[in-house]
Amino acid sequence: MFEYCTDPKSLETFQWFSCYLTTPKHMSMYYSLFTVVALILLTAPFGLMFGFMGAFASRSKNMIVRILGKGYTSIVRGVPDIVFFLFVPIALDQAIEFIRHKTLCWDVTEPIWRGNDFVVCRAAKMPLSDAAVWTHDVYGFLLAVVAFAFVFGAFCSNVLAGALKSVPRGQIEAGRSMGLGERQIRRLIEVPQMWIYALPGLSNLWQLLIKSTPLLFLLGVEDLVYWARELGGSKTSAYAYSHADWRLAYFTVLLLFYLLVTSISQRGFERMRKRLARGQNFSGAS
Amino acid sequence: MILKSLGTTLGVMALTATVAMSDTVRMGTEGAYPPYNFVNDKGEIDGFEREVGDELCARAELECVWVKNEWDSIIPNLVSGNYDTIIAGMSITEERDAVIDFSDAYFPSDPSAYVGLAGADPALINGVVAAQINTIQASHVASSGAQLMEFASPDETVAAVRNGQADTALADKAFWEPIVAESGGELEFIGEDIVLGDGIGVGVRESDGELKGKLNTAIASMKADGTLNAMIKKWFGEDAAMFE
Repeated sequence: MFEYCTDPKSLETFQWFSCYLTTPKHMSMYYSLFTVVALILLTAPFGLMFGFMGAFASRSKNMIVRILGKGYTSIVRGVPDIVFFLFVPIALDQAIEFIRHKTLCWDVTEPIWRGNDFVVCRAAKMPLSDAAVWTHDVYGFLLAVVAFAFVFGAFCSNVLAGALKSVPRGQIEAGRSMGLGERQIRRLIEVPQMWIYALPGLSNLWQLLIKSTPLLFLLGVEDLVYWARELGGSKTSAYAYSHADWRLAYFTVLLLFYLLVTSISQRGFERMRKRLARGQNFSGAS
Repeated sequence: MILKSLGTTLGVMALTATVAMSDTVRMGTEGAYPPYNFVNDKGEIDGFEREVGDELCARAELECVWVKNEWDSIIPNLVSGNYDTIIAGMSITEERDAVIDFSDAYFPSDPSAYVGLAGADPALINGVVAAQINTIQASHVASSGAQLMEFASPDETVAAVRNGQADTALADKAFWEPIVAESGGELEFIGEDIVLGDGIGVGVRESDGELKGKLNTAIASMKADGTLNAMIKKWFGEDAAMFE
């Protein structure tokens, strides 16, 4: 980064650190901060979407839809997250490649599954083997977003279903007596009023989501915790900047970062709660 | 930079529509086992295997890209096609050979060694022994009757010995040497070295016989003209095991 960094071993403490903390490898760590924040911000709306679909499906009058909705929430909530984080992206990736193989290489007669191997033709690879590195990164990241949204959507769906039930019956009956249809009641009465009941549950989920980003590394996306472990581990003189085991220092910084994010989001949720409580008639509103 | 790579991607796509697919080989490695492979301060894959791999690709006329993957899932990701080779200090063993295929060895079988705190009792190689998960060292410890303590990365096994969680740790001697030398007398080799495995080879999918053939030819030519031994000497020192 700086001109004097060419020979790290001859540097004084301050200069050494200024060079050490700005190596391209450290830059990758700072960059992974954006990856983590982007993941959280992208997963939240998609998870909410999955949640709404699950919540409405589990209240549906159609039995099949209801079973699908209830099945989704109970299976995903019951099975360890880590299983889904490994399963969803690999299954999705293989499904995409399978479809591409069948459409692009329909003339290839060799089987796709050969013993242990999953082999699709070169043109069906997703992304292509010779695609730029960033395409692989973005693809992996998007698979991760889908996996996270799938898992958090199930929890969300349970929170939303509970919140929808908590909307006072009188409100819905009032809507009916005014001649509103089912959909209008849902859109004009239930959904706007359920947020105040959903908020505590959703804020819990938000915190869980922030905490679970280290699982990203399972999916091949390098996150903050991965870099802290990699950079903090003891380094021999094979590295330009050798040092002892500094993981404690790195993890302390991470701790502060996560605490900061938590305290900011708690303040955000408190403001939202006050705002939503306005004009609502129930005990506990301030 | 993104625009430029977009341009090349589009260019490649246009080319592939008319000409045959170019042969990009994705090389999977762990990036946490110096001096075999590690991520240097520039954030690039570096080490003995980076040099060997690049030379193999040059000789086999393949275009290669390096991909980093966690050790624990390195075989499943090869098998499902996320990359095409494993070149990560992986010893050729029967268990692994049942799932994937190996090229000829590009590194002879070298000794593994136990490391403990200075002055430790040699009998501690039968105490609590740390090793990286899914390695030949871990299976050796498990079968030796000692109590095995497994870790995801090699660096964590060193930390486990330093903080007393484990009595000793077992890994390739070449991995230990710089660590022991630079520990300022804190760490020491304990007991005798042991030789495990049949050398280190490049892992490929069993259905990928063509790539295996190309790699074997390139490895043979590197052995013949002494390039491979020169690289071993550069990364592992004069005393390292070499090819005849």
